[in-house]
Amino acid sequence: MAIQPLAITACTATNALGRGLSASLAALRRGESGLRPCDFEDAALATWIGRVAGLEDEPLRDEFAAFDCRNNRLARLGLEQDGFAAAVAAARARYGADRIGVFVGTSTSGIGATEQAYRQRDPITGALPASFDYRHTHNVFSVADFTRRWLELAGVAWAISTACSSSAKAFASAWRQMKAGFCDAAVVGGVDSLCLTTLYGFNALGLASPQPCRPWDRERDGLSVGEAAGFALLEWAEPEDGRVRLLGYGESSDAYHMTAAHPEGAGAALAMRQALERADIAPGQVDYINLHGTATPSNDAAEDRAVLRVFGAATPCSSTKGWTGHTLGAAGITEAVFVSLCLEHGLIPGTLNTRQRDPELGVGVVLENRERPLRLALSNSFGFGGTNCSLLLGRGGA
Amino acid sequence: MSVYISGVGLCAPGLPDWPTGRAVLAGLQPYSRDAAPRFDRVHLPRNEARRATLTVRLALQAADEALATAGLDAGCCAAVFACAGGNTEALDALCQALIQPERALSPGQFNHSTHNAPLGYWSIASGSMRPAVSVGAFDASFAAGLLEAFGLARLENRPVLLVAYDTPPPPALQPFRAVAVAFGLALLLTPDPRPGSIARLRNLRIRSGAAEPLPAGELERLRLANPAARGLPLLRRLARDRAGAVALPYLPDSRLELEVEPC
Repeated sequence: MAIQPLAITACTATNALGRGLSASLAALRRGESGLRPCDFEDAALATWIGRVAGLEDEPLRDEFAAFDCRNNRLARLGLEQDGFAAAVAAARARYGADRIGVFVGTSTSGIGATEQAYRQRDPITGALPASFDYRHTHNVFSVADFTRRWLELAGVAWAISTACSSSAKAFASAWRQMKAGFCDAAVVGGVDSLCLTTLYGFNALGLASPQPCRPWDRERDGLSVGEAAGFALLEWAEPEDGRVRLLGYGESSDAYHMTAAHPEGAGAALAMRQALERADIAPGQVDYINLHGTATPSNDAAEDRAVLRVFGAATPCSSTKGWTGHTLGAAGITEAVFVSLCLEHGLIPGTLNTRQRDPELGVGVVLENRERPLRLALSNSFGFGGTNCSLLLGRGGA
Repeated sequence: MSVYISGVGLCAPGLPDWPTGRAVLAGLQPYSRDAAPRFDRVHLPRNEARRATLTVRLALQAADEALATAGLDAGCCAAVFACAGGNTEALDALCQALIQPERALSPGQFNHSTHNAPLGYWSIASGSMRPAVSVGAFDASFAAGLLEAFGLARLENRPVLLVAYDTPPPPALQPFRAVAVAFGLALLLTPDPRPGSIARLRNLRIRSGAAEPLPAGELERLRLANPAARGLPLLRRLARDRAGAVALPYLPDSRLELEVEPC
């Protein structure tokens, strides 16, 4: 039997495509990428990034000054778009501030603040500058704490940090906490921002592409790191309210390797099957799959096998990483919001930058945008440490 | 809704395992912080063992004891790893490398810097493909982890291994973050009672107000010295084998209350 669905009653996305849903939707429709050659700080790397413009000039002030760092600036920018904060305020009036949970995914939180503090170490004592505020910037909870304070919420809250599946898993945690009665509604989200740690880290792993990433392409050679903030307000769905709903989720672990995906995609397949089972939906009913699709040779190959095993080759699939880059802990929410836009507007996005499908890969990857009504769509997010999460979203009496 | 505690693991100064911890917390044995934590239960493939940091070993030691005392196959367990500071050694190594002119990060350190690295190691060591999540809520991390683990155990109806652990920050960060000792604590939660179940937890709820400290002394200092040690009042209640309420610190001005009933 299907689980009780959750309605997405408000959502927002800010990323390299711009601020808010309309910027993302317009760029998706026009096939315009947000990627640019790396111009982050003084990083001397021949790679492409998905940077959110203007963060450098918009510090957090006053009662939020302690939280000031790139990651929380990005969170603030995200929360200010699409009337999201106003929708949460209305929910707060309905449920009470202490009955709305906050579950925010991030991988590196505000580590950029610590990177900068190390650069400003005292040359003699090695001491970090006294102005450094670890708790409100770098600590993994910082962005969840900032979010709950910005939205004036007082319910259960924590950060979820499972690398690139973080903000997809936030939906699963929210569903369980609501079902267990610890909250009546939830704000889920994900925020990850550019930092030297991830740019140089992926470079050291040989995973940062020197070109804009090309998922599923025969010449794909790595990912493009991006940054993003995305949020969704989740409430128990009313019958036939026409909103996009979370119908199912699946989570699994590869139990295989710290960085390499399981070559046969066993864990990924398990997560997708669980999402379908929870929703009581057959694979053939799904109209579109938003792939994790990072464009590293091995990750795309593993995901391809997993999708083939569960869905076969007929279901239209695409990766939207060519638009935004890989936004790491924010990828799950960013792509869940994209899927929500696609369900509302009847769009199957293509796979930007991808010119020739890898003949070794078999799933039904779509290269050009298609306009058609959609009812059910799946979003995949997989991460370091072998952590997998799939979300099944639907609209219209599903 | 309730869950059962069916296994406990400890890895901390003076509390090297649950039998010692139980005796100390029950007041049957004095606390001696000189007894160093042990890492004899950390079983990893050779490659992973070579790279495992203190944070990883702390989590795995506590996890293995909780599972071993329950006699349960790790492969059937979901997992919640709760940690405030993450893999502090790897984070320090990265920030140190980034201030060198060549910025040559080690791929291994980058892998380790993820908050879920200990969880990834556990999943490789245990072979569990079940749902697993890594959470943080600063000094409320233990209570947050308990709520997440409770939700998983109840709603997905399977055993859940909760591991709470934190290590002291690197020297440069110590003035900015007070975590004085390494502390690891694991609880195996099961949706139903098992032969070795110790206690039933029920009526979890968030209330306003401060949590209750332990009686003044070394154990109370230990409780305040590490976010994972905020779970000690629950362990003390388990050790004393008497029914009653426990109030654990949660976010500022709130606490997680629960009832404990011995099995």
